Amino acid sequence: MESPEEIRDRVQAGVPEAAVSVVANPGASAQHSLLAYPSHALQVALFLRDDPALRLDYCSNVTGVDWTDREVVEADPLAPERKVKRLQPGYLEVVYHLYSMAKGHGPVVLRMRTVNRSNQVTLPSLTPVWRSCEFQEREVFDLFGVVFAGHPDLRRILMWDEFKDHPMRKDYAEPDDYEWEPTPHGSVLEKARLHYPAPAAPAGEAKP
Amino acid sequence: MSEPAPSAQAVTDSERAELRRRGILLTSMEELCDWGRSHSVWPLQFGLACCAIEMIAASMARFDIARFGSEVFRPSPRQADLLIVSGTVTKKMAPMVVRIWNQMPEPKYCIAMGACAISGGPFKQGYNVLKGIDRYVPVDVYIPGCPPRPEALLQGLMKLQDKIRGAPISVKAPGECPVPAYAEHDLAPPKNPELWRPPVLVRKEGA
Repeated sequence: MESPEEIRDRVQAGVPEAAVSVVANPGASAQHSLLAYPSHALQVALFLRDDPALRLDYCSNVTGVDWTDREVVEADPLAPERKVKRLQPGYLEVVYHLYSMAKGHGPVVLRMRTVNRSNQVTLPSLTPVWRSCEFQEREVFDLFGVVFAGHPDLRRILMWDEFKDHPMRKDYAEPDDYEWEPTPHGSVLEKARLHYPAPAAPAGEAKP
Repeated sequence: MSEPAPSAQAVTDSERAELRRRGILLTSMEELCDWGRSHSVWPLQFGLACCAIEMIAASMARFDIARFGSEVFRPSPRQADLLIVSGTVTKKMAPMVVRIWNQMPEPKYCIAMGACAISGGPFKQGYNVLKGIDRYVPVDVYIPGCPPRPEALLQGLMKLQDKIRGAPISVKAPGECPVPAYAEHDLAPPKNPELWRPPVLVRKEGA
């Protein structure tokens, strides 16, 4: 199996207009992935599937990642001795794990990123390329709120249709139904405490 | 008839045992009725999660729920007496469970089998699991366990039989439980306050 850099070069040669980059995984697994721009992701996916050397004909897994806004402290490009803070806007990311049944290799990890987390969350659906993406893209739509353009049946799959939230997003606030928790601890204790009556301090006696 | 017939309570247990030795079985209509009702509890054939596997095991030869007269798992709620909520009730599933309960004829009984049906169990801190079916449906017997072994289900059934024997036939007021609706963030209402209220817990700070 080729390295991600070689696959990137192969994709660039096959789909010249697509800007594919490699996202390095600094961890021990060193499972680097390919990042495709949404505008050309469908061509890239078709190329990965049909290229005779790759033949990635099976998509085993689709998942989402929620990257929230975060502050980055870095050296000022004009005065490198100074540190400046920069707000890096968040985005939603969709990750596809691709294998080849024909060649017996994989996985190749393909990623796509939305522009932001609020109003520009549309990505091209890869269900026309890999049929197995259908339910999993619906799940990403349900739990992360990524809208897949070109999906044949984009509905919620786990939560009910009337549900408005996206529970796997990091800023999701779950409903408060912790009225009764026999052994609360941590964040559950904080939520459960709102429902407990205030402890009645005995008269004339200071609380410990 | 100048005198009313003596009630069953007027005869002591030792007198009844003496009569039984002589081949006379003495009982009352109510006792006979309770005996029959408590040994023909037909459960609904309805499983939600891994607890249902234990429920199925309880119905097979090794544990043999037929010894207690409850082997007739009915596929229709119209013919069932007992709803065994065997497993995790997700919020998406909860309205269906309440609707099934409403479709069962009186007198009907409910067993909450396993940690999930009692309180949400290991999924209690999730956003999508109902924190106990007793928020919507009156529960008669709670069987703890994750999942409870078939013996535990059988003991729960025996507890239910005790309860049936100890109560007159029309013990519960017939009526429908309101079916919760799917809302934008949670089920609406999140609980039926007539059936379930959180226990008052007073905790010391720092305890």
